[in-house]
Amino acid sequence: MQDRLIVVGKKVGMTQMFDADNHIMPVTAIEVEPCVVSQIKTVDHDGYNAVQFAYFKRSHITKPIEGHLAKANIQDKFGHFCEFTTDETSNFTIGNALSLDLFQVGQLVDVVAQSKGKGFQGVVRRFGFGGGRATHGSMSHRRGGSYGHFRRMGHVIKNQKMPGHMGSTRITVHNLSIVGLMPEKRILVVRGSVPGANGSWVMIRKAKSVIK
Amino acid sequence: MNQDILREVTKHQLKAEIPLFKVGDEVCVSIKVKEGGKERIQKFTGIVIARKGSGISETFTVRRVVSDFAVERVFHLHAPNISGIKVTKESVVLDTAKWYKSRKWVGKAASQVREKRLFAK
Repeated sequence: MQDRLIVVGKKVGMTQMFDADNHIMPVTAIEVEPCVVSQIKTVDHDGYNAVQFAYFKRSHITKPIEGHLAKANIQDKFGHFCEFTTDETSNFTIGNALSLDLFQVGQLVDVVAQSKGKGFQGVVRRFGFGGGRATHGSMSHRRGGSYGHFRRMGHVIKNQKMPGHMGSTRITVHNLSIVGLMPEKRILVVRGSVPGANGSWVMIRKAKSVIK
Repeated sequence: MNQDILREVTKHQLKAEIPLFKVGDEVCVSIKVKEGGKERIQKFTGIVIARKGSGISETFTVRRVVSDFAVERVFHLHAPNISGIKVTKESVVLDTAKWYKSRKWVGKAASQVREKRLFAK
C-alpha cells in the first residue's frame, strides 16, 4: 500500500519569495490546523492500514462524534474527520497532532480547496467563448450561439455549455513544491497559488505524481 | 494577523541593512551576474525614479540616459543578487513621490540630479 499523507489547514495569503536562482516567485502560506490522530485502522481490524485524524473545532458536535472522540481520549470538540492510507501506522499515536516534520522542503504536494464563488456567469467568462460580433447589426454579443443539435432536433444535448453558476467548486492543484516550513508555528509555504479565499479550508496531500 | 504570518514567512530573506536612498538620487547598483560558471559584478548607475511596494516585494526603478537612449531597470530591493546600492549623488527632497516626468525630458535635464547645492531653496 502507498504511504499517503494528508493535513488540513487554512489559507493565510500570498506573498513573494526569492528562489535559488534569485528570481522572485509567488508563494502561498498555509496555516496547518492541529490535526489530531483519532483512530488508527489496521488490516486485521478494518481491512486496510490508515490513519484517521480530527480537525476544525466546533462549539457543538453530535453524540456519535462525541463518542468517537471519547474513545480516542480527545477532549477538544472536533467536528471533521479525514483519513489517509499508510503502512507506517506505528509512526502515529492516537491523541497526538500530526507534525509538519512529516513534510520536507522541496517536496511536491497537491492542494485541494474550494474555489471562490463567482455567481451566475455567462459563457464568455465561464467557458471562454468568443461571443458574437460587436457591430454590423449583430444582436448576439456575449451569447453562446445555437444550443440545438442536428441529430436531435428540438433537444439540447447533455453537458451543453451554457450560462450558470461558476466557482465555489472543489479544485485540486497538482505538484506545488514546498518552499518553506515552520513546524513550531504550523506554517507551510508552497510555491504558486492555491484556490479559494484567504482563511478558507485547504487540504494538503503528498503529490499523486510522487506516489508510485 | 494574516499579515504578521506573511511577514514572518519572508523575514529570513529580507536584507538587514538597506542603504538610505530616495527618489531623485543617483545610485550605483551592483548586480551579481553569472556567466559560464563564473560570477562577476555588473554596475548600473542612474537616477531612481520610483520606489514601490513594501516588505520583500519592494522594488525601485533606476533610469539611465546614455547618448539619447534611456534604459530603465526595475530591481527588487531585497534581491540576493543585488550586492550593493551606493548613492553617488544625493538629491533634494522632490515635490513628487515618483520622478516619471523626467521621461519627457531630453538632453542635460534628463540625467541631471537635483542636487542640494544646485536646487536648495
